[in-house]
Amino acid sequence: MGMTITEKILAAHAGKDRVEPGELINARVDVVLGNDITAPVAIKEFEKIGVPDVFDKEKVVLIPDHFTPNKDIKSAEQAKMLREFAKKHSLTNYFEVGRMGIEHCLLPEQGIVLPGDVVIGADSHTCTYGALGAFSTGVGSTDMAAGMAAGEVWFKVPESIKFVFNGEKLPEWVGGKDLILYAIGDIGVDGALYEAMEFTGPAIRNLSMDGRFTMANMAIEAGGKNGIIAPDQTTVDYVESRAKRPYKIYNSDDDAKYERVIEYDVADIEPQVAFPHLPENTKPISEVGTVEIDQAVIGSCTNGRMEDLRLAAKVLQGHEVHPDVRLVIFPGTQTIYKQAMKEGLFEIFVDAGAAVSTPTCGPCLGGHMGILAKGERAIATTNRNFVGRMGHPESEVYLSNPAVAAASAILGRIAGPEEVE
Amino acid sequence: MEFQGKSWKFGADVDTDAIIPARYLNTSDPAELALHCMEDADPDFPKKVSQGDVIVAEKNFGCGSSREHAPICIKAAGVSCVIAKSFARIFYRNAFNIGLPILESPDAVDGITEGDEVKVDVDNGVIYNVTTGKSFKSTAIPPFMQELIDAGGLINYVRGRMNR
Ligand code: SF4
Repeated sequence: MGMTITEKILAAHAGKDRVEPGELINARVDVVLGNDITAPVAIKEFEKIGVPDVFDKEKVVLIPDHFTPNKDIKSAEQAKMLREFAKKHSLTNYFEVGRMGIEHCLLPEQGIVLPGDVVIGADSHTCTYGALGAFSTGVGSTDMAAGMAAGEVWFKVPESIKFVFNGEKLPEWVGGKDLILYAIGDIGVDGALYEAMEFTGPAIRNLSMDGRFTMANMAIEAGGKNGIIAPDQTTVDYVESRAKRPYKIYNSDDDAKYERVIEYDVADIEPQVAFPHLPENTKPISEVGTVEIDQAVIGSCTNGRMEDLRLAAKVLQGHEVHPDVRLVIFPGTQTIYKQAMKEGLFEIFVDAGAAVSTPTCGPCLGGHMGILAKGERAIATTNRNFVGRMGHPESEVYLSNPAVAAASAILGRIAGPEEVE
Repeated sequence: MEFQGKSWKFGADVDTDAIIPARYLNTSDPAELALHCMEDADPDFPKKVSQGDVIVAEKNFGCGSSREHAPICIKAAGVSCVIAKSFARIFYRNAFNIGLPILESPDAVDGITEGDEVKVDVDNGVIYNVTTGKSFKSTAIPPFMQELIDAGGLINYVRGRMNR
């Protein structure tokens, strides 16, 4: 019996020839990640363990990205804890404001995560790096603390679900965001509970790295333990110039065992919009009806990459944001920020009447930089539309791809880009 | 471990933003977090809940973010145990790691009405509805998780392993 890519990576990191779903293993980790919300708790727990140092100063990564640039005094104290811990343990991978980015955009960009790695992060969207063919999953702060001390962590080997996206060419304005929202709409927010979501098929092979990151990013929104895409030439092209250490490419065997195989034809998939208050409440754009909005947010670890900004600019070029709408745009990292500036995208955004922010999680989690008042409605390229996610518990968040968010900002209601003349 | 308390019922897919909204995450102080426990699911919950009470919820409790602040604030609010039809995986892991007892039992969830007095025997996975006199079994806790509980949580477990 063959193994899936997830099983192979876990087996290799547990020092075993093979592992079976359900088995509990201790696995070596290549990267342990934390941010300004989760790491303070982890640092306190780490200190209770009583070891002098982290297991590897190059493999513990701290990024203050949630409430930074510090939004208030308490946030400043939390960020300070990270800074001091990073200094004390001489961490190589601490990224300060002005040099940082949203963690899940930054780690792949900097070549910190590579194919074949096992990664844990005290942030649920750590599953993003599965796009590189790594096993990567979100954990809590206590797990992070244990990982920082021991360099290993316990896992239950997950069963895998295989998603096959058939069809060579994506319909116009359809991207990775729509594929993953479509799948979540199909299986539900606990449709992949405790399981690995493996994305395959010709449409995935044709998808850019940016689109793949978006898909793996939202595996957690279906309850998945990890999302994963086997590496191919696109992956290798992306990591080659970034990798500073060797990496290993794994593939699922033809006779690997899956709990389920789900097939879609991408020709059936329109741009998707997830209605409040769960990512599974998806509708194709043609069935949205009239939904007026107060704010549009383009960015986050889901859709804050170059391709996303280019798409938004393509729609916004020569247009103005609706007078009743605030459009806030968040590039994922400083490198993306600079590239967008070079390509003239900021000029398009500012001419349209958008606010462009430094990289931060900001409004995505209702932190700062675009909080919603009672009764307000936003369309966002982020990944969660839970009650109160972006502000007041009586506000609403709709999720979409960047082209739809940009078109909606122009028209003042949720709309597809082809509606913008 | 045995607990007894009043039950508070919640629906399906209670997410971590409902358990502890991000607007309060600029602190990790359990007592402060407890003041906002479950606030976006039930604004009065922090005022109503008393020491020993039990949360009873439908499927996929704790979905969403990895914030350990979620089980921490539930524990700090005095809740002794959470019973649900199923748990989201990071929440499940975090609860064990920090020592918040949680039990999966669809039958118990269906057999408990809000306000019922509930007795929970965590070690044997038995949930007893004192108000109705009915008892329910929960899914067995995996042996490794039991080891974590016996060690007093993940940190003690790791400390034991590393100093061996
Ligand atoms: S951008 Fe949003 S989802 Fe991504 S890490 Fe930040 S808060 Fe989490």
